[in-house]
Amino acid sequence: MKYNVGDKVATRVAYGNALAEFGDNQNIVVLDADLSGSTKTATFKKQYPDRFINVGIAEGNMMSVAAGLATCGKTVFASTFAMFAAGRAFEQVRNSIGYPHLNVKIGATHAGISVGEDGATHQCLEDIGVMRTIPGMTILNPADAAEARLAVKAAIDYKGPVYLRFGRLDVPVIFDEDYKFEIGKGVELKDGTDVTIIATGIMVPEAIKAREMLAEIGVSARVINMATIKPIDEEIIIKAAKETGAIVTAEEHNIIGGLGSAVAEVIVENCPVPMQRVGTRDVFGKSGKPVDLLKEYGLDAETIVEKAKEAIAKK
Amino acid sequence: MNAEKLKELRLHANNVRKMALEAVYSASSGHPGGSMSVADILTYLYMEEMNVNPSEPDAKDRDRFVLSKGHCTPALYAVLAERGFISKDDIKTFRHKDSYLQGHPDMKHTPGVDMSTGSLGQGISAACGMAKCAKIDGADYRVYTVLGDGECEEGQVWEAAMFAAHYELDNLTAFVDFNGLQIDGDIREVIDPTPFDKKFEAFGWNVIKIDAHNFEEIEKAVEEAKQVKGKPTAIIASSVKGKNVSFMENKAEWHGSAPNKEQYEQAIAELDEIAKEIGGVE
Repeated sequence: MKYNVGDKVATRVAYGNALAEFGDNQNIVVLDADLSGSTKTATFKKQYPDRFINVGIAEGNMMSVAAGLATCGKTVFASTFAMFAAGRAFEQVRNSIGYPHLNVKIGATHAGISVGEDGATHQCLEDIGVMRTIPGMTILNPADAAEARLAVKAAIDYKGPVYLRFGRLDVPVIFDEDYKFEIGKGVELKDGTDVTIIATGIMVPEAIKAREMLAEIGVSARVINMATIKPIDEEIIIKAAKETGAIVTAEEHNIIGGLGSAVAEVIVENCPVPMQRVGTRDVFGKSGKPVDLLKEYGLDAETIVEKAKEAIAKK
Repeated sequence: MNAEKLKELRLHANNVRKMALEAVYSASSGHPGGSMSVADILTYLYMEEMNVNPSEPDAKDRDRFVLSKGHCTPALYAVLAERGFISKDDIKTFRHKDSYLQGHPDMKHTPGVDMSTGSLGQGISAACGMAKCAKIDGADYRVYTVLGDGECEEGQVWEAAMFAAHYELDNLTAFVDFNGLQIDGDIREVIDPTPFDKKFEAFGWNVIKIDAHNFEEIEKAVEEAKQVKGKPTAIIASSVKGKNVSFMENKAEWHGSAPNKEQYEQAIAELDEIAKEIGGVE
């Protein structure tokens, strides 16, 4: 499946498409908890009904069933909303999947505040934080449909548990077919010398926009896409800190526990420089149109610009 | 079941109980009560029923076992030692730092352990995944799991029960080790999970009630389960917590505490006496 730069496609759609595209691998089994139309696993189900299992509204059971399938050699995708995958089923993910390091891929859709109208109960802003605490868990948060497709492929090729984070909102495709994806590697999208913006997920296009706004006021910003939150690419962070002397992180997640925390941990231990975090500031979300919410909660280019100026001022 | 086979199984079960106690005594920690109640079921499965091979513990077509009541790992390690998966000498390293015999079953480090368990309710779900996998692959292995009676207070058990019936997992057999006691006391007083038979029936399972310490009844139930088509089978096995150790029988306080030296020696003496009665000391 090819995506054209500039098209608007939700990463969850790319997830379903990728499962169908790579689903000819007979080892793949896909589970869902009554949300296949929303998580887009229905796209896989249509093509491979014999390897699709609906567990019903029982996310804890789904994670342990996935573990059982994985012990028998299957590559299992277990899908539901991020809130229920990382939240409700945390302990099943930790004990049934993480502890035995089983080959289960958690396809978590509807992450973040851009879920919109459903409101706070369904806007998961904690998932990266809790998943990051599980030893051996790999966490992928693709920025667009093209990267989501590559992340699914990489997760299939990797043996072990992976948490994949997808969104509901249609977002612009920013990567063309030459884009290379590798688990554990950040990608420098734009060079700069005064500050580095490290962004993940749907904040990546905002980071690129912020760079342009900063350029207008004479600030040169580097932009890094950090699709793998764990294991985090320490090398690219340290290099950016040393070369630009200031860091801003941007994520559609609580500033506690997510990308901002992961980057801060690397920076304070290796090369302390001024740093600012863009994300929701330890609050729950609320109902509204995704674009309005993203703006209200400061998940936009304007806020990244403000934080970049603050970080630079502290140099 | 002929008399010779019965005697053999009873001796194996007695060895399993002795080793389970040795494990708990050596660790000064662990769960002897439920290990004693489940010993005969595990003995029957590993010594008589399941298609497993200690020299090839990961064989693709083997039968699977998941100890959903993962805290009774002393009995699981004991039966794995009795069957030859692990060394009997290693039993005394149970729960010691750097031992491969972790406090709860650990599939990554212990040969013969098919699933890491310990957090209640999750093992039966994993067993469902294994049984569903056999259905997807058209494989004919069977999957066994043992639930604690107290464990059935976990909601996930019933999510799994729904799943197994919905997907007609007739290759799955779940025992309920119905010893009537959980950590805080009588299960009916803590929060009553009974009646197990009516509940599993209502969830669409084939249900058989047996005496957990009668090998002929265990055999009959396991054989019946293999004949049932389109339904998983729940074997509600009435058991005695602490079975065959006089001072542990039907005492909730032996759920998770280790015997001291005097108690351990008395327990072993009692079990040796039973071995003599059965008619053969190893």
